[in-house]
Amino acid sequence: MSPNRPMLEIVALEKRYGDNVVLRGVDLRVARGELVFVIGPSGSGKSTMLRCCNRLEEPTAGDVLLAGRNICTGSSRDLDRLRLEIGMVFQNFNLYPHMTVVGNVMLAQRKALKRPAAEAKAKSMEMLQLVGLAHKAEAWPAELSGGQQQRVAIARALALDPKVMLFDEPTSALDPELVGSVLKVMKDLKDAGMTMLVVSHEMGFAREAADRVVFMDGGVVVEEGSPDEIFGAPKAERTRAFLSRVSG
Amino acid sequence: MATPVAAPLSGLDRFLDTFFNPTVIVRYLPDLASGTLVTIGIGAATIVAGIALGLFLACLRVRRIRLFDLLIVAWADVGRALPPLVVILIFYFGLPSVGIRLSGPMVLFLVLSGTLSAFAEEIFWAGFTAIDKGQWEAGRATGLGFTTTLLHIALPQAVRLALPPLVNRALAITKMTALGSVIGVSEILSAATTAQSFSASATPLTMAAIAYLIVFLPFVVLARLLERRFAWKKA
Repeated sequence: MSPNRPMLEIVALEKRYGDNVVLRGVDLRVARGELVFVIGPSGSGKSTMLRCCNRLEEPTAGDVLLAGRNICTGSSRDLDRLRLEIGMVFQNFNLYPHMTVVGNVMLAQRKALKRPAAEAKAKSMEMLQLVGLAHKAEAWPAELSGGQQQRVAIARALALDPKVMLFDEPTSALDPELVGSVLKVMKDLKDAGMTMLVVSHEMGFAREAADRVVFMDGGVVVEEGSPDEIFGAPKAERTRAFLSRVSG
Repeated sequence: MATPVAAPLSGLDRFLDTFFNPTVIVRYLPDLASGTLVTIGIGAATIVAGIALGLFLACLRVRRIRLFDLLIVAWADVGRALPPLVVILIFYFGLPSVGIRLSGPMVLFLVLSGTLSAFAEEIFWAGFTAIDKGQWEAGRATGLGFTTTLLHIALPQAVRLALPPLVNRALAITKMTALGSVIGVSEILSAATTAQSFSASATPLTMAAIAYLIVFLPFVVLARLLERRFAWKKA
C-alpha cells in the first residue's frame, strides 16, 4: 500500500432503516497515525457511521476501505479476518462477565488469531501493563470500576494488533472522576502512532489530542478542520449552534 | 372406659403396622430397590437427553432461520401444553396399531425427555435473550465468527441464567417417571403398588415415598443452592 493512502476511507456511506435515513453520503478519510475526532448532536449518525466501519451495522450504500481493502465486499470469513485489524471500544465496555480480565483479553487471540496459549497470555499481560491494569489480570470484570473495565476493553482490542481503533463514546458511561484514566490511555495510544477514529463528547480531549475534528449533523459531515478551526472559528452555522449548546 | 390407657398405644401400633410393617419391608425391599434403579436409570437418561435436545434447539433458534424458528416454537409449545400421561398412553396403546411397538421404559423415556426438551429449550432461549446485545458485538468485532461467539460468549452466560429454573423443571419432569406405573414399567411406584396388592399393606407405598425422597431430595437441595448462588452473583 502506498504511504499516502489513508488507513481508513469512508466513501459515500449511506444507512437507512426503512424510511429513516441516518447517513446520507458520508465521506471521511483517516490517515495513518491520525486521530480524527467526530462530534455532533445525538441522532446525527456519528455512532452509526463508526459502527459501519466494522460492519456491526450493514451500510445501505457506499464503501469502507481499510488500507485499501473494501470491508463491504467479500465473504463473512473475509469480514471476520478484517475485523481483527479494526479494534473497537464500546460505550458500555462489553467485557465478558464470565471470564477474568486476562481471559477477556485472551479469547479472540486464541480463537480468532489462533495464538498459542502462552503467547496469548504474554501478549495480554503486555497490553494490560500498557493500560495500567496488569495487577488486575485475575480479577473479574464485576470487581472493576467503569474506568478500569474500559481500559481492559481497550487492552482486549489492542491485543489483536489492530491497524485502526474505533472508539464509540468511550467515556460516556463513566463517572466523571474516572474519565481521565481512559483518556490518558487514548492519548498514549495516539502518541504511540495508532490510527484512531473517536466519537465522543470530550471536547477538552479533542482540543488536546485530535489531529482533525469532524462535525456531523443530520447524517452528513457538515464541517471538518483542525481543533483550532472547529472550536475557535467554526464556519458553519450548525457547528456554531452545536458548540455553543455544549459549552454553554 | 375399660381400657382408657391402652387405646392410644394400640392406635400407634396400628399406624406403625400399616405404614412401617417390618415383615413387609424386608419382604419387598429388593423389589423397591430394583424399582429405584429403574427410576434412576430412566430419570438420568431423560435429564441428559431432554436438556441436550433443549439446548441444541435453543442454539439453533439463535440463528433465527424462519423455518427452524417455526418448528422449534411449535415443538416447545406443543410439548409444554400436552400432559405427558396422554402422550404416554397414545404411544403405548396407540402406536402398536400402526405397527410401531415400543417397550414401556422406551415410551416413558421418549415422552419425558421430549417434554423436558420443550421446557429446556424455552428456558435456554430466555437465557439467550437476556444477554446484552453488546456481548455479541464485542465478540464479532474482535473477529470471532458466529459459532465461536455463541459457544464461548453467549452460551456460558445463558447456561448460568438458565441453571436454577432448569434444575427445577428437570426435577418436576423426572418425578413423572411414576407415570410408568400405568404402562407396566417396574419403576418405584409400580413396584410399590404391586407389593401393596400382594401384601394388603400400605407399607410398600411408604417405602416408595422414602425411595423418592432418597433419589430426589439431593436435587431439591442442589436447586436451592444454585438459586442462592445466583442471587449472590446478581447482588
